[in-house]
Amino acid sequence: MDAEAHELIAGYALDALEPADRARAKELLERSEEAREELRSLTEATAAMATAVSGPAAPPALRERVLEAAREDRQTVVPLESRRRPRLAPVLGVAAAVAAAVAVALGIWGLSVSSDLDDSRAALAQARAAATVLSSPDARQVALQQGNGTLVVSGTDAVLVLNSMEAAPAGKTYEIWVLDGETPVRAGLFSGGAARDVVPVDGTVGSGAKVLVTVESAGGADAPTTSPIVASNPV
Amino acid sequence: MPAIALQLTAPLRHNRQTVGRSHAHLSDEALVALVARGDETALGELYDRVGRVAFGIAYRVVRDEQLAEDAVQEGFLGVWRSAATFRAERAKASTWIITLVHRRAVDIVRRRERRPAEPLDTERSEVPDPAGSAEDEAWLGFERERVLAALGALPDAQREALELAYYGGYSQSELAERLGVPLGTIKSRMFAGLARLRELLDETETERTWTPRLTS
Repeated sequence: MDAEAHELIAGYALDALEPADRARAKELLERSEEAREELRSLTEATAAMATAVSGPAAPPALRERVLEAAREDRQTVVPLESRRRPRLAPVLGVAAAVAAAVAVALGIWGLSVSSDLDDSRAALAQARAAATVLSSPDARQVALQQGNGTLVVSGTDAVLVLNSMEAAPAGKTYEIWVLDGETPVRAGLFSGGAARDVVPVDGTVGSGAKVLVTVESAGGADAPTTSPIVASNPV
Repeated sequence: MPAIALQLTAPLRHNRQTVGRSHAHLSDEALVALVARGDETALGELYDRVGRVAFGIAYRVVRDEQLAEDAVQEGFLGVWRSAATFRAERAKASTWIITLVHRRAVDIVRRRERRPAEPLDTERSEVPDPAGSAEDEAWLGFERERVLAALGALPDAQREALELAYYGGYSQSELAERLGVPLGTIKSRMFAGLARLRELLDETETERTWTPRLTS
């Protein structure tokens, strides 16, 4: 980028451009990855300037005003899903929201971690697996008999979505099991502690199988040693 | 095989209540993704996190509480409508929201008749009303000092250009006229100042990192 381009992007980041220059800046941003990267870092500086301001606090009523404006706006904009498939909307809505959250979390995570590539790849694969199931058109929810959350199933793939699981105690892990018949089969580990844990179930979850979670020693066990704290209905 | 299925009726934990801010542990970026799906609670949580700074910058630009509220409301409506287009690799979610609110504030002030912009210094003695938690207050106070120190380290002409543009809402040509210097000088001061500010802030960065919740 030449000096003029740098100056154009700086003016854009400060919202200081005249309309004609603004159009030029947008056009430049459209075609230049370098310009987008420049805008990204300069915008962090302008946003920092926003935090340096002191003045009156926002009136408490403003929060409700913001939400009310969104509610009114919703009445005129119907989400695509509910327009297309009204009956499935609740299920797909939840699944898609979770999938979107996973995808975004993934993006951020990829940016912030560089030290352990193998861990990073494993988490990437796991998040992709979850997103694939959650965004699949045939995704359906299976209720939990026990535990707060849901099991989302697509074909023989499944993802556990658990709300407010406490983090596993030190030296312990949560272990997922698929119970299809009499013997539970290991189906992955996770450590909990998020407002919402989204964990793909390893292996196949066939018709009639249940998905369980137990607390095990770190590293997991070959067979459950404690009572399940999460159990799904039969798939 | 252990009679695991038989034990299902003896839950260790049940009827667990999710209280209050159910989205409190999600990252800003995950909240934006939920907003994209029409999740109003997520929008409220984002407001709780960013609204304070958003109102502060809006007020600084428009200098009127009612107009500042308008800018914040319109900015968050922009968040609500365009959350699906947010790209986490382009900006932090909080930065994106502040950008939307600032743009609305600038639009508002440019539609109005101007009064002379006051220098930033007259405002530094104002004590902000505490609205958030003690941690939020401490963090904001820390950030404010850090950014003010960085601004203070800039050459005067550069700092003036940045402050009049970002806090005053002046366009580049308005500034050239007001300061009686060529437009090209204003443009290069803005870039040089912002680039230097970025450097100074990077040197003192204390990034709050977000820990991934997707575990192996």
